[in-house]
Amino acid sequence: MAAVTESPSRAARLGWRRIMALKGASFTVPFFLGFLLFTVTPLVMALKESLYSEKGSGLGFGEKTVEFVGLDNFVEGFGDGRFWASMLRVGLFAVISIPVIQIASVGLALLLDAASQRVADRFRIPLLIPYMIPGIVATLIWIYLYSPVVGPLTPFFDLFGIDANFYGGELIWVSIGNLMAWSGIGFNMLIVYSALRSVDANVYDAARIDGASEWRIAWSIKVPLVRRSLVLTTVLSIIGTLQIFSDTMLFKSMAPETVTRDFTPIMAIYDWAFQQGNFNYASALSIILALVVGTASALFYRLTNKAPTS
Amino acid sequence: MTVTIGPSSSPSPSPTEPGASRPKRGATASRDGTGPVRHSRRTKALVLGGVVFFTLYSLAPVWWLIVSATKNQSDLYTTNGLWFSDLHFTDNLKALFTYQDGIFLKWLWNTLYYGVVGTAGMTLVCVACGYGLAMYQFRGRGVLMGCIIGSFLVPHALLTIPSFLLFTDLRMVDTPSAIIVPSLFNAFSVYLAKVYAEGAIPPELLEAARIDGAGEYRIFFTVGARLMSTGAATIFLLGFVGSWNSFFGPLVFLRTPEKWTVMVGLYSWLKVKVDTSADLTGMVVVGSLLSLIPMVILMISMQRFWRSGVTLGSIK
Repeated sequence: MAAVTESPSRAARLGWRRIMALKGASFTVPFFLGFLLFTVTPLVMALKESLYSEKGSGLGFGEKTVEFVGLDNFVEGFGDGRFWASMLRVGLFAVISIPVIQIASVGLALLLDAASQRVADRFRIPLLIPYMIPGIVATLIWIYLYSPVVGPLTPFFDLFGIDANFYGGELIWVSIGNLMAWSGIGFNMLIVYSALRSVDANVYDAARIDGASEWRIAWSIKVPLVRRSLVLTTVLSIIGTLQIFSDTMLFKSMAPETVTRDFTPIMAIYDWAFQQGNFNYASALSIILALVVGTASALFYRLTNKAPTS
Repeated sequence: MTVTIGPSSSPSPSPTEPGASRPKRGATASRDGTGPVRHSRRTKALVLGGVVFFTLYSLAPVWWLIVSATKNQSDLYTTNGLWFSDLHFTDNLKALFTYQDGIFLKWLWNTLYYGVVGTAGMTLVCVACGYGLAMYQFRGRGVLMGCIIGSFLVPHALLTIPSFLLFTDLRMVDTPSAIIVPSLFNAFSVYLAKVYAEGAIPPELLEAARIDGAGEYRIFFTVGARLMSTGAATIFLLGFVGSWNSFFGPLVFLRTPEKWTVMVGLYSWLKVKVDTSADLTGMVVVGSLLSLIPMVILMISMQRFWRSGVTLGSIK
């Protein structure tokens, strides 16, 4: 199009193009104004808040003054044993629960892929029901299922002579992990299943002709083919799990002695900001958490991309 | 961007249309109907057994909720959780809707109101932005895209505390605008809209409209927006579901119970049980059931839209 330019109108055309580009840019203006106010501004504020500290006179009476304290909040945050204990707790939980959930999701996707079309169509929606249920409601349901008074699980385990206290310190993470698996497997399965379905069937036929068994095909062809989808769902899970908040908040109302107020990093931050009213320190902690989440995701991404593809 | 997939090719290799993207298994050979893949009977049984097991696992908790919603308080504690006893569903509904002058209805209304207004506005703002980014070359476009992608990595919690301080300054705390206004600007929706626009709108069509003398804004509303309607529906659906399910935002920004959403309200009822001797378990159960029904209906009936959103989103 641009090749056919008559010299007299060229200058006019350039001007017209520029006006068009400006009008095009104007489509993005409303969004980026909002983005500036509700994303960039809070981000800058968090950085700024974290460098200040509110100093009151000893007993909380009198004028409170805000002072610039440099990196003091971060120094305190990096040495905050309770905060890092919560980080460790959640990190350990992520390291165990995410692989288990991923393996279950891939297993389910492979099962559905191996089943006949009719079976797959019939079971797909029921398997996705947990994904459609609001997260809070899912947590409420499981909280009651675990409950020793209303839930059917405690009597069920009693049948086998197991005295299970799902709210207790030993089982609480198993309980939360099961809840996350229940809500997450369907969605992860869907992504992996979609990836599996987009693979050319000839690939499998070729493998079969070469004498590969179905198990071998699943392990050596299907799983490597969906690796990209797996990396994606895993990174999303890492980000989500390290920031776990609402599930543990709800469990806290049922098991306050197990789930303490700084049980997870975000609960600790929430507590510092809204219960103790120390926004400066809470900002510093949330920046530290953001750094940890970013590093963990980047590290995982790096590791999986370096691993041999074949 | 390396995204080459467009909406026309993406609506996920949907298993609902048999053999859409790949020949149906066993369709190639098979005179006798067994096909070239001969799963042994044991493998078949194993596969079916596995699928059934996962299905039971997925559905049993929902079943428990449905059954429990029909029971009165004492049956809830004494009878088998997985089967019905006396049906009290309508009594429970009446109790739920009349508790504290019908505050649950108020919460339902709030959730719907914040969701519809916020998501409708968000869809307009983000579709326009995605369209602008996809269809025009202008200076700074790359930087803007970078901002959008970069913001995916910012944890939600990092923004919440300063947002609270900001909203306090703007006098937005404890007003509906604290929920609605920030939800208008959703970076992920812009990303979806851009990817969708790239696949759905041929640039030649815009050129043709220009030659006919249509202005850029008119082209957007008559050509662009129309071609993007499926993408916009996906963005609306995902946004609405996200807004219905959101918890942290409403919990932090709304103080008065009359302004809460269903999720925050149910949470407050769960807490009541611990704080006082009043037992609201039955209320929470029925309330939970009512609040999940619209989501499940919406997701099942609009499967086509969110599933294409899942595939679009996963090409990041």
